[in-house]
This record gives sequence, C-alpha cells and structure tokens, in this order.
Amino acid sequence: MSNLIDLSIYELHNILKKREVSAIEVTRAYLNRIDNVDPKIRAYLTVTADKALAQAEDADRRLKKADAVTPLTGIPMGIKDVICTRGIRTTCGSKILENFVPPYNATIMEKLEAHGAIMLGKLNMDEFAMGSSTENSAYHPTHNPWDLERTPGGSSGGSAASVASRTCAGSLGSDTGGSIRQPASYCGVVGLKPTYGTVSRFGLVAFASSLDQIGPISRDVTDCALLLNAISGHDDRDSTSASRNISDYTGFLTQGLKNYTLGIPKEYFISGLDSDVEKSVKHAISALESQGANVVEVSLPHTDYAVATYYIIAPAEASSNLFRYDGVKYGLRVADYKNLMDMYIKTRSQGFGPEVKRRIMIGTYSLSAGYYSAYYKKASQVRTLITRDFKRAFEKCDVLAAPVAPTAAFRLGEKIDDPLQMYLSDIFTIPVNLAGIPGISVPCGLTSNGLPIGLQLMAGHFEEAKLLTVAYNMELALGLCENWPIP
Amino acid sequence: MKITTSEIEHVAQLARLSFDPSEIENFTRQLNDILVYVSKLEELDTRRVKPTTHALQLTNALRKDEVRPSLPIEKILSNAPERENGGFVVPKVI
Repeated sequence: MSNLIDLSIYELHNILKKREVSAIEVTRAYLNRIDNVDPKIRAYLTVTADKALAQAEDADRRLKKADAVTPLTGIPMGIKDVICTRGIRTTCGSKILENFVPPYNATIMEKLEAHGAIMLGKLNMDEFAMGSSTENSAYHPTHNPWDLERTPGGSSGGSAASVASRTCAGSLGSDTGGSIRQPASYCGVVGLKPTYGTVSRFGLVAFASSLDQIGPISRDVTDCALLLNAISGHDDRDSTSASRNISDYTGFLTQGLKNYTLGIPKEYFISGLDSDVEKSVKHAISALESQGANVVEVSLPHTDYAVATYYIIAPAEASSNLFRYDGVKYGLRVADYKNLMDMYIKTRSQGFGPEVKRRIMIGTYSLSAGYYSAYYKKASQVRTLITRDFKRAFEKCDVLAAPVAPTAAFRLGEKIDDPLQMYLSDIFTIPVNLAGIPGISVPCGLTSNGLPIGLQLMAGHFEEAKLLTVAYNMELALGLCENWPIP
Repeated sequence: MKITTSEIEHVAQLARLSFDPSEIENFTRQLNDILVYVSKLEELDTRRVKPTTHALQLTNALRKDEVRPSLPIEKILSNAPERENGGFVVPKVI
C-alpha cells in the first residue's frame, strides 16, 4: 500500500470502508506527518492530537458496524482558525482572541462531526482573514511547501499549505475577496468559494458579512465535491443561508463538455499578468476546448474597479463587525486603564495588528458623517455594475475561465510594507465575491521556476455543478499532480 | 492629500483606536494611498444605478417568536475577562 498521506479523500474512504486500514492508523500517519513537516511549513496554530485520536476511535466504531458511514468518516482534516470549534481555542490569527475558547460549534463543525470526520487542528491565517500572504497572522507566517521562502498566499494560507504539504487530507478555508482561491493557486491545490449562502456562516467569525463564504480546499476536484456535499445546505441559524439542496455534487463530475461554452474575459489578460501564468492558463483553456467545450471571448468592463469597490465595502463591514472586540465579553482586556473609554482604546490598539487597524480606519472613515455618499454608497452602486457584467457574460457562456492571480506565489516580505500592492494581488478574485457567484481555483501548471499556477473558473449563482464539471474535465486533460513538494 | 493627520486622529477616536506619534505618519501615508486609489470610482457615472448591499435577493428570515434552549450563562461568561454574579464586569461608567 502506498503511503497513507499520499491518498486522496475518496481513496482513503475506499480502504477505510473495506477495513484495510483503521481511522486510528490514518490519523496517526497524519499526526506524524505534522510532527515531521509542519515545523518547516507552520500551517497549524493548534494541533488537537488527543481530540483527533478520540474522534478516530469513534470513526472506527462506525466503520466497523458500517453505521452512518459517509465518504468523510475517518478522514483527517484541518480547519481555518476563523471557524468556531467548541472547546478548542479559536484565535482568528489575532492576539485579541489568543485565549478565546468558543462555547459552541460552527454549523459546519457539527456537520463534519455528524459525518465522523476528524479534526487534526486549527490552521494559520491572516489576522481576521485580512491579507493575501498569511504574514498578517499575529503568531507566525506560513511557508509555501513548494518554496519555503515564498508565501502560501492568504488569508487561508494555512489551509492551502497544509493540503499541499499533506499534513491533512483536506481543509476548510474562508473567502471574502479570494482567500480560498488565491492560496489554493499558490500552493497547487483545488479551492472552491461557493455561491454566497451555500454554506452556513453560523460560527464563522465575521469579517465582511455580505462577502464571506466558507469553502473546501483539497488535492483534487473529486475531493472538493465530496467536501462541498458535507458542508453545504440550508441552516436556519444563518439568515442569509440559501435553501437549495444538492445532495451529491460528485454526480456532475463525469459529464462531458459537449454543450459547454467557456467565456474568456478579456479584462483578465492584461499587462502585469505574468507570462508563465498567461501561458499555463491559455494552455488549460485549449485543453478544455479539445475536450469539446466552445470558447468565446467575453467582456467584464468594470473589472478594473473591483479592487477599489472591495476596499470600501469590505473595510466598512469589517469596522462594524470588529466593534465587538471591546474587552468586555471575550478576548483580550488590557490590565491598566483609567476608565471605560480608555479600556476600549487600549484593548483594541494592543490587540489588533496593523492591517486590521488599517481596515477598521478605512471603514470608519468611509462610513463617517459627510463621506458616506462619496465612498460606501458609490462603491455599492459600482458593485451593481460589476454584478451586471457577470449576468451579461453568463448570457453568452456557462463558465468563465481566467487566471486566479496575476503571478505565482511571491516572496515572504515582498509586499508586506506596501498594503496597496498586496491588495492588487486579489484583482482577479475580488469580483466573484462582490457578485456572490461561485469560483474555483484548479492547478493548471507550473512556472519556469516550479511554482504552481491556478486556473480560475467562475459560474452563475448556484452553478457549482458546472464549475466542478469543467474543473474535473480539466484535471482529466492535464493530469493530477504527481510530484507533490517535499518540504 | 485625501486625509490629514488630524483627521486620522479623529477617525481613530471614532474607531476606538490610538496610534503612537511614531506610527501615525506612516499610517497617514498608507491610508492616503488607499483613498487616492479608491477614488478612481469617481470616473464612473452611477447616478441611475441602484446600490447593491447583498449579492442575493434575500428577504428577512424570521423564525417563530418562541422560547428555545440557549447556552447556559456560565458558558457565555466563560471567556469574559472579568465576571461577577452572572454578568460582565466593566469599569465604572457613572
């Protein structure tokens, strides 16, 4: 048998179901892998070994009795530290929540537990999911398994790096402006941002509530579909949860591309797009064409305004959401203060890192008296134009294909002192969140110096099945990754 | 300049944040760069465009107003920096 950590979720499921291996053995193999490899990658903020082994015992009981076994029973996973886990510290990568232990589970954690999935630990991220490199974690940066001097992307950098370094079989991340797709692209793994409302946000610590969405990161498209099966569905504890229930996304994978039209948005192939990225993305598009898809050029004319729109809307929502960190109900409270106001100010100023403060400041400024129309209202109107662009494009095609990011993974430290340059690395992922549509990053090649490149596929609201069909066909055409990095 | 140091200090007060004099200059420059960048939205005529505040057309999801079990008070208070008699303790306000 090949090494357990090299198997995909569905391969692991097959041997777990046949009792060729136990969930305990699989879990031990992963905990071992974390011990050996994670000191170099630093994807984990907390490793929950004891809980994982207890869950594995439970999974083995279920597997033995063939009782309530699903494709995730006994599968070891990593969870981004922005998702509340009962009894397990949840930091959001922030010092202000260093000792926060949620008294409840996010809905998706209850779902994963019902499937008998195993949690190996909590994964590193940019503080409150604000960032594109995981360098804004208040704890430590995470390293890209393909090149340790480079960033894994962000904000779900730990979620992508752990899957690529095989310290978990699959992971969950969150995506507000590209935080699943960009790190998935930088780490050579599959990352899906579902349609807004597909996955419950109950228990997801809020950043920008009209944009946030949880999604899976996995080694291949089949695993992505299996994870989406488990986490999607209506939840009455999230008032923005949608009630469309598709029970099995894997059923769509093997459909061919005969009746598919792929749209290529010309605004995504601009100057500044790295030539290796452009070459790989175009190669992937030709591969899909040779699989039977029709290819047409389309236009999303307001693409160039998306970053500006996002950097008004997301900080505005964040400044409001992050007012809850006031030193009263949970989290940090500084020791020395003169009065209530002083306690608020000192607690927040010491507890938040620089990028979070920048965004709170932008948001507070843009919502403050006299500026609302010029900034927030204006951005909300441009959001309508961006959404309209997508609607028009989807009249001509089923799925849009484009790069995930203008370059492959950049070096740690390269952009940390220039926030605006960091923001611009999300130029191709942000429009999807503004429109609320689904987007997926699928590996489509390597740069000349061996760094992964991702193809981004986008579809209309609740058209995840179309995304997965096209992504799976591309995987068939280009082949799965066989040479995982050896960190 | 879109924003001055004294405006930054005012906004910081609204946001319940404070900055060292040593960091405020760099911060003003960075915020200014961002505000200059986002002002590119002014190029677009949006007079007849309705704002979008949510990607999906959702209506309020209301549940029946009935008593349901909730977390016990001890659990809710378990993360509080200071607690007493089933409540959060804050510095004296009056």
